[in-house]
Amino acid sequence: MKIELFSEIITSLKRNKLRTFLTGFSIAWGIFMLIVLLAAGNGLKNGVTSNFSSSTLNTLQLFASRTSMPYNGYPKGRKITMNNSDSIFMAYSFPEVGEVIPVYPLGYKTIYNQKKYASGEITAVLPEYFAMKAIDIEYGRPINNLDMKEKRKVIVLCRKDAELLFGTPTPVNQVVVVDNIVYQVIGVYANERFGWRTESFIPLTSAQSIYNTADHIDRIVCTLNGLTTEAENDSFNLKLQQRLSVKHKYHPDDNQAIFIWNSLRDYLQTIKIFSAISIFVWVIGVGTLIAGIVGVSNIMLITVRERTKEFGIRKALGAKPSAIIRLIIAESLLVTAAFGYVGMFFGILLTEIINTIMANGATATEGNTPVIFQNPTVDISIALAATFVLVVAGVLAGYFPARKAVAIKPIEALRYE
Amino acid sequence: MLQLRNIHKTYFGASPLHVLKGIDLTVEDGEMIAIMGASGSGKSTLLNIIGILDTYDEGEYYLNKVSIKNPSETIAADFRNRMIGFVFQSFNLIPYKTALENVALPLYYQNVSRKKRNQLALEYLEKMDLQAWANYFPNQLSGGQKQRVAIARALITKPKVILADEPTGALDSKTSIEMINLFKELNQKGMTIVMVTHEQMVADAAGRIIHIKDGIINQSLSES
Repeated sequence: MKIELFSEIITSLKRNKLRTFLTGFSIAWGIFMLIVLLAAGNGLKNGVTSNFSSSTLNTLQLFASRTSMPYNGYPKGRKITMNNSDSIFMAYSFPEVGEVIPVYPLGYKTIYNQKKYASGEITAVLPEYFAMKAIDIEYGRPINNLDMKEKRKVIVLCRKDAELLFGTPTPVNQVVVVDNIVYQVIGVYANERFGWRTESFIPLTSAQSIYNTADHIDRIVCTLNGLTTEAENDSFNLKLQQRLSVKHKYHPDDNQAIFIWNSLRDYLQTIKIFSAISIFVWVIGVGTLIAGIVGVSNIMLITVRERTKEFGIRKALGAKPSAIIRLIIAESLLVTAAFGYVGMFFGILLTEIINTIMANGATATEGNTPVIFQNPTVDISIALAATFVLVVAGVLAGYFPARKAVAIKPIEALRYE
Repeated sequence: MLQLRNIHKTYFGASPLHVLKGIDLTVEDGEMIAIMGASGSGKSTLLNIIGILDTYDEGEYYLNKVSIKNPSETIAADFRNRMIGFVFQSFNLIPYKTALENVALPLYYQNVSRKKRNQLALEYLEKMDLQAWANYFPNQLSGGQKQRVAIARALITKPKVILADEPTGALDSKTSIEMINLFKELNQKGMTIVMVTHEQMVADAAGRIIHIKDGIINQSLSES
């Protein structure tokens, strides 16, 4: 029965090859545009979110700064300092906080080799910092607990500085000098995406002893668990700010004294923007597709009109209305699906080609600039959704013409010339 | 086979047209009757009602002892498919199907398998001496051949009655005679045939002639 219906449709389509092609083309074009637009949207999204993934998704950073409001007799502009007690406070006061890592940025320093020098930020960190920020060690090792315990004078350089100082990204048994202190180079990590910034890491304990900072900390990095929505996130930030304001005696509404930066908030906002872009792309894509569907429906109406007499004959010979409806909807579905898949195929082909070219090009530029476009392809779920859209489109395009074909009485259809 | 009691039919257009004004007609099994009448007399309307292609407003119609009164399109289609074979003046073959496919089409709507359908269709084409033309398209056939294809198509479902609307209307006189002989032959084998014609020669082949004038049967002319 299925093959019969299929061969009936093929015969009827063959009679009007040009028309079938033009109708199909509008559908193929619609789905092609939908796929390409969605892929472009995905490329933008993948690109921008890949910048986020360089640090672990949900991290919180506290930056000690100056108060922006007078409070309790203190003037505004008072410097707030954090120390190890703040790390402990963060770790034990909030169930949402996971790991806590104090960071002490030493600011810009000059790093010397025997002949060459580089200028970059030196940051004193704990061993856990590397995992939390997903720092990719290319050579050697990150800072470990023994470095911390023995306050070793070791340094992890970024590749750009390593190449500048030693002419190689693998400086075996080399040393550098910072502020007249000699450091052993233990590791080199891949450049961050924002390549203009070079940052080298030394153990926090070493920095505290060398620079005599006591246990001062300028920055605390924490991981957060269980916060998924922006509302949860905001209320956590507010709670945190109020608790910190009590501890450090500043105004509870002062958000400058200890600045709280939360990556999830940024991440969620970006995701929101991309959901909006995604909706926009779907609207445009589906709009293009609707133009195609209307085209198919229009052609099917003409076909039904042309075949009125034929349907009359079929009805006289015993074709039930359901058989006529099936014939027309199946024909519309076949045109839509077949050409839709052609469009989808070329759309996916194009995006895959672009992706391959981009992937090859990326190794040349070495990712020194922020990525805004990456992997512009659609996944299987979008292909499935597009298939669903096509099937619905095909049935819709055929439904109204089919109803028209059935509504004509056989006696009138037979008289129709 | 067919019983019609007091059938009325009015077409409601700009001015209502009372086409059939009380038709009483009984057709027995194995009978061959011809319905004659001028244009607009209502003879085609009557045939369409018998063929369940059209509805009637008043009266009773029994086809093979089953009352046919405003059936749904689905039921009407089933009745047409199993009980009635149509032969039209303009043949009404589907132009993009071969003679064989045209003959096999009614069986498609009975869900008969393709193989069996084509085998049966070839048998019926053989009966019409057309097996050599099985794979020709209608526009490659002569008028007489087309009408014989149409008759094969009407017969393939083994209907209770053949309804022919001006079956010779588009044929030359020589082919018309062949067609009449074919109908006679079918009738002799027991097929009930109702045809509408305005040609006396064709009507003479029938066992009984019904004259319709202004929507009623003209009894004085109809005795035969």
